[in-house]
Amino acid sequence: MLRDITIGQFFPGQSSIHRLDPRVKIVITFVFIVIIFFVKSFIGYAMILAYMSLAVALSGVPVRYMLKGLKPLLFIIALTFFINIFFTSGERVIFKFWFLTLTREGLLQGIFMALRLIFLVAGTSLLTLTTSPIALTDGIEHLLQPLKVLRFPVHELAMMMTIALRFIPTLLEETDKIMKAQMARGADFESGNLFQRARALVPLLVPLFISAFRRADELAMAMESRCYRGGENRTRMKTLKTAGRDYIALAVSALLVLGILLNSYL
Amino acid sequence: MPIIVENLTHIYMEGSPFEAVALDDVSFEIQDGEFVGLIGHTGSGKSTLVQHLNGLLKPTKGRIIVDGVDITAKTKSPKWLRQHVGLVFQYPEHQLFEETVYLDIAFGPKNLNLPDDEVEKRVREAMELVGLDYEFLKDRSPFEISGGQRRRVAIAGVLAMKPKVLILDEPTAGLDPRGRDEILGQIKDLHKERGMTIILVSHSMEDIAKLVDRIIVMNKNRIALIGKPEEVFSHVDELYDMGLGIPQITHVIRGLRKRGMDLPENIYTVEQAAAAILEKIRGRRNA
Amino acid sequence: MDLMIQVNDVHFDYLSHEGQEIAALNGVTLDVKKGEFIVIIGHNGSGKSTLAKHLNALLKPSKGIVYIKGMDTRDQDKLWDIRQTAGMVFQNPDNQIVATIVEEDVAFGPENLGLPPEEIRKRVDEALKTVGMDKYAHSAPHYLSGGQKQRVAIAGIIAMKPEIIVLDEPTAMLDPSGRREVIETIKYLNKHEGITVVHITHYMEEAVDADKVIVMEQGRIVLQGTPEDVFSKVEVLKEIGLDVPQVTELAYRLRAEGLDIPLNLLKVEEMVDAICQL
Repeated sequence: MLRDITIGQFFPGQSSIHRLDPRVKIVITFVFIVIIFFVKSFIGYAMILAYMSLAVALSGVPVRYMLKGLKPLLFIIALTFFINIFFTSGERVIFKFWFLTLTREGLLQGIFMALRLIFLVAGTSLLTLTTSPIALTDGIEHLLQPLKVLRFPVHELAMMMTIALRFIPTLLEETDKIMKAQMARGADFESGNLFQRARALVPLLVPLFISAFRRADELAMAMESRCYRGGENRTRMKTLKTAGRDYIALAVSALLVLGILLNSYL
Repeated sequence: MPIIVENLTHIYMEGSPFEAVALDDVSFEIQDGEFVGLIGHTGSGKSTLVQHLNGLLKPTKGRIIVDGVDITAKTKSPKWLRQHVGLVFQYPEHQLFEETVYLDIAFGPKNLNLPDDEVEKRVREAMELVGLDYEFLKDRSPFEISGGQRRRVAIAGVLAMKPKVLILDEPTAGLDPRGRDEILGQIKDLHKERGMTIILVSHSMEDIAKLVDRIIVMNKNRIALIGKPEEVFSHVDELYDMGLGIPQITHVIRGLRKRGMDLPENIYTVEQAAAAILEKIRGRRNA
Repeated sequence: MDLMIQVNDVHFDYLSHEGQEIAALNGVTLDVKKGEFIVIIGHNGSGKSTLAKHLNALLKPSKGIVYIKGMDTRDQDKLWDIRQTAGMVFQNPDNQIVATIVEEDVAFGPENLGLPPEEIRKRVDEALKTVGMDKYAHSAPHYLSGGQKQRVAIAGIIAMKPEIIVLDEPTAMLDPSGRREVIETIKYLNKHEGITVVHITHYMEEAVDADKVIVMEQGRIVLQGTPEDVFSKVEVLKEIGLDVPQVTELAYRLRAEGLDIPLNLLKVEEMVDAICQL
């Protein structure tokens, strides 16, 4: 059933990682992504690995589940690996075959690039796995708060994200239903060349758009009748509060950053 | 062309954490020209069942034989099946997409690769069957006509495939009493005058009671009751447990029988009830 | 005698696709007292939904005045007070739930009112308990049944502490058990919370327990009174093309054959008694 697809692949739980303030998690993930690009040695990657292992272990998300998330990216990782292996120029040739030359520098570069990709994906997916979409939206809204000064529509953006998240399952279900209804009238979504297939989508997309607009219209009315008038004067039931664990997480992350910078530049 | 359903079982997303049994060992037969009502509350499996009957879903176990052909076998082309079994979904007007009423109804026949004149003939016929004025409506946009008309355009879109069996999933949902009576009247005509086999999925016991020859009650993904209306409606307590009811008029008759009035048990429409009560009372007065 | 709603000779015109002016409301006058349970029935297009939207200031009359607890709906300064006083529940349960978690959705209205977080928390918990959905506080709306979603929508309204709830065909898209859930919830709110209810429907059986039934046709009120009064006008209802309960229909048919059965019977037991007394 299409309705069981969850966006962002949230893995429900009550671990200390789950309960971190979403703002803290977003900031840490951002820093983590940046710091990966500063790693220049295996010792640096060992630090990253230790840090990630700790986070995954604390989160309670099964390692197999995490690895499954990497699967679709296997091809890209492998491609990056091989491109770097064979197209990095270096002096210490390990072997030569036809036009391919494998050098020690290339091999290292390949391994580093692959590791970098793997940790990038693992790091960001740990964020989405342990943070519900709504908490994520809240966190982003709070973090973007300073941009309000620049008249950036922070509240509106967050509201749009919430509504999008709310309606994705509804629209997926509807897509499924309309598709079946058109198939019952002999529509064929599966065969033909690219052009024919694109054309076959018209009977699906038109009703879907009409329905989305109708829903938007009705939702707007319902929101208005519930006194919605934008972000002004609006309060929230749940306010974000940082706790002890948030400071610990920040401290550990700061240690990682320090360690990697020291390792790379000293 | 009879429909034979044998030990039909359907499991959604088998082997995943979301695995759920949607149909559990369902078997029944429907004869040519029968009018069958299919009842059950939301999630009882009735929608899954009807989607199997026109091949939109494939069973996990069991088979379905339509007109002597096993439609669950891989060899059968969907086109053959769509021409035999038509399925009208709930709120079918939500599937309309063409610029004109004509083009929308023609969508099905065109998918069958029929010649243009045959397509036109079928659109005309289908519109006539649901009581829509061909000349007046054919060039209009389906989005500027009334809700009741839109629904009939959508039903015509399925009828234009000329199925021998027509399945309608809640065709009166969201309509007001007038719109409901019109649609039900047309469905009745399709059955009576065209001899179509009809399977009507409905929540309304009153509607079902007025129309059908036989009722299939689904509960918890199985067939709970099957039989003529009077047989099914006699299981009052079981129906209540399933979140279903019996027509109000059947309650009146049951109340009268309890008070000793000698009325037949198989009464489930107001017409029948009035006639039976009148007969009793007049008989008593004349005696 | 507290008047919650006063509708004074209200007209509402709008432009159709073809640019014609159409009168959706054509001189409607209606008073609703505090604590009343009003049911409005009529066809699609009879003007009943248009009337409902006037009670929440989503629409303003072209002519005439609507007062909600003495506030004129045309008064822009009173707009948010009016919307808080007269909450509104719509037909499609899917299209009125904003948030991805039940309790967050119920909090949406109070949040818009700018209440402090603790107060919102309290109201959300109470509202969910009142509609019997407290067990689902942390569920995602798309896993709920239609009836449950509609109850969440009702909780979202009562968390704003309205004095009136206007329900615009809240049961039209539900199955019988969903309808029962919603109707029981509405009745509970009326009886135990003292909320004035305006319930719009085309299911006649939902009108049987109302204090007053109003029948609309072509933008006008054509019948009003107690359920017994209104349903005894079988001919008028049939002419408009509306249903009557099967019991009333039976009484009507028996009377037509000369039997002495009163027309103002709505319940099965009353009917059985009446026939046995013949």
